Amino acid sequence: MGAGETQEAKTTYREAMREALREALRADDRVFLMGEDVGRYGGCFGVSLGLLEEFGPERVRDTPLSESAFVGAGIGAALAGLRPIVEIMTVNFSLLALDQILNNAATLLHMSCGQLPVPLVIRMTTGAGRQLAAQHSHSLEGWYAHIPGIRVLAPATLEDARHMLAPALADPDPVLIFEHGSLYNVSGELLPLTEPVDLDHATIRRPGTDISLITYGGSLPKALAAADELSAEGINAEVIDLRTLRPLDGAAITASVARTHRAVVIDEAWRTGSLAAEVSARIAEESFYDLDAPVERVCSAEVPMPYARRLEEAALPQTADIVAAAHRTVD
Amino acid sequence: MTVARPTRTRKDSAPPKSGKKAKTTKGNASAGVPSGRGATGHRTDLLESMLRIRRFEERCVELYSAAKIRGFVHLYIGEEAVAVGVNEALTPEDAVVSTYREHGHALARGITAEAVMAEMYGRTTGCSGGRGGSMHLFDASRRFYGGNAIVAGGLPLAAGLALADLMRGQDHVTCCFFGDGAFAEGEFHETANLAALWKLPLLLVCENNLYAMGTALERHEAQTDLAMRAASYGMVAWAVDGMDVEAVEHAARRAVEGIRTGTGPHFLELRTYRFRAHSMYDPDRYRHKAEVERWKERDPIGLLTDRMRENGELGDKELARIEQRITDEIDHAVEAAEQAPEEPVEHLLHHVTSSSAEAVS
Repeated sequence: MGAGETQEAKTTYREAMREALREALRADDRVFLMGEDVGRYGGCFGVSLGLLEEFGPERVRDTPLSESAFVGAGIGAALAGLRPIVEIMTVNFSLLALDQILNNAATLLHMSCGQLPVPLVIRMTTGAGRQLAAQHSHSLEGWYAHIPGIRVLAPATLEDARHMLAPALADPDPVLIFEHGSLYNVSGELLPLTEPVDLDHATIRRPGTDISLITYGGSLPKALAAADELSAEGINAEVIDLRTLRPLDGAAITASVARTHRAVVIDEAWRTGSLAAEVSARIAEESFYDLDAPVERVCSAEVPMPYARRLEEAALPQTADIVAAAHRTVD
Repeated sequence: MTVARPTRTRKDSAPPKSGKKAKTTKGNASAGVPSGRGATGHRTDLLESMLRIRRFEERCVELYSAAKIRGFVHLYIGEEAVAVGVNEALTPEDAVVSTYREHGHALARGITAEAVMAEMYGRTTGCSGGRGGSMHLFDASRRFYGGNAIVAGGLPLAAGLALADLMRGQDHVTCCFFGDGAFAEGEFHETANLAALWKLPLLLVCENNLYAMGTALERHEAQTDLAMRAASYGMVAWAVDGMDVEAVEHAARRAVEGIRTGTGPHFLELRTYRFRAHSMYDPDRYRHKAEVERWKERDPIGLLTDRMRENGELGDKELARIEQRITDEIDHAVEAAEQAPEEPVEHLLHHVTSSSAEAVS
């Protein structure tokens, strides 16, 4: 927790998420939080700090390092009528629970012909930028977005961190929430909620007319910074935050490209087979005749994420890469 | 902690011989162990339950050969005492998580032969609306949660069902069936640890039929004493003769009683054998016919029938009446499945998410 978090009117992404958890635990006694280090430790990233003291060890439940068992237990508890929130430390570790997520959580409703809904929320961090090397740094949310039967969210702002959890818990189906590790310390004023957060639609974070920068999660701040730079050059970029990676809001993408006629897709995952590939394909299918230039993609280098800072920075999409890609479509 | 050691090694994969049983629960079912209800009528019920499973699956073989049903079909023939005996110890409020070899569990749980057969046919009237088939039978109304084709995949799920009951203060037990093959999966060990750590009301039922698909127990487990290994997690664990339905019932009742008093998970290793191949595709080259024949001498249906005949509890007429009743039931199930509607293709995307769901069939 940074010192800035105690300042008045300012909050961090971490605090916003914690407040969302606190609200959920207070609002519904079927809700409980379960995962590695969520209790005594206060959460691997400090998100659940203080919740054990407030809600007790039954509802803020430390688990063994057994991703498959505690994710599966979350599924079973959801089947039995509870509303578990399961925290997995990083998306890399979620692979140990992939069987439970794909073969059970995503599948039981359909295989049982609607008899067994799984109202489960799974939260995990994703992404690189903290020199954690290849087994803590990957962006695999696009893999999960491939799977029918689950919803995949990527809150990128303080407001989404604060307000996406409640509708996720209200969803009768499994919801995966990906929190980019570099966002936890982002600090700012939490804007009041003007309308309920909608988990079906993308949103325009910055309107524009010349080019669409389409992104989500940890890449949103970089895309907004790129839009600022482009603006100084007289290029008016629209920034689309996908927010929900599944179901993907294709209509929002199509509408934006219809306005701007150019698109850059920014995704911290590897380019090959990425969510950026899916978005690009949809633009090719739906918006081909609106395009004035080929779609550009800014993704991570095709390499296991290195530890060395210089190499990690080079592997990741950076603001300068987004600006350069925008220039390629505009020039 | 109770560890009941098996009374003999099983390197030769030989069946337990009478008088020298692997069953190591205290008491002896064949010597008139109280089985909860204990009456002649109860033994008849057990027999009928096992026969229903046997005859249902024999019909499945015919229907598979006739290409009426497809997919992977894993038969339970030879293991009926396990499903029937364990189910006797459970109430309708308890939960059951099953494997892909689950026709027996489903029928013992009270899902009708008609609903299971319709599922084999992939029809809308099947217990999973035709979306699951042989390996994925579900019935939420009976707390029957599959039908899991990933061999240890049901174990964490069962822990979660048990956790929910525990957190809500409900006196229910979750029973999870799995095979000896699942013992090699991390999910078994993760679940055993979690369940013992949290004292979950979970009954772990390992159907040790000596083969993980086609791989014999001693070729897939470094230590083949499964009950002992389960006990190492700090739970009560027994090895039981899985061919003796009354021994199974007795052990399951004891375990369930223990679980309901809050002593945490219990583990039963039920030593059993499947008389047929792993699946309908399996040419069964990995075991000797003589071994299968030796085990057939301890056919659970034959064992109970003999015991009842010796005690004068079962005559030919009564047995014929039971057989006829089951034949009629299965004939009716097949006929109903043949005539049941197929799901319209327009319903393909139903139930992918709850918002894509239409009325449950």
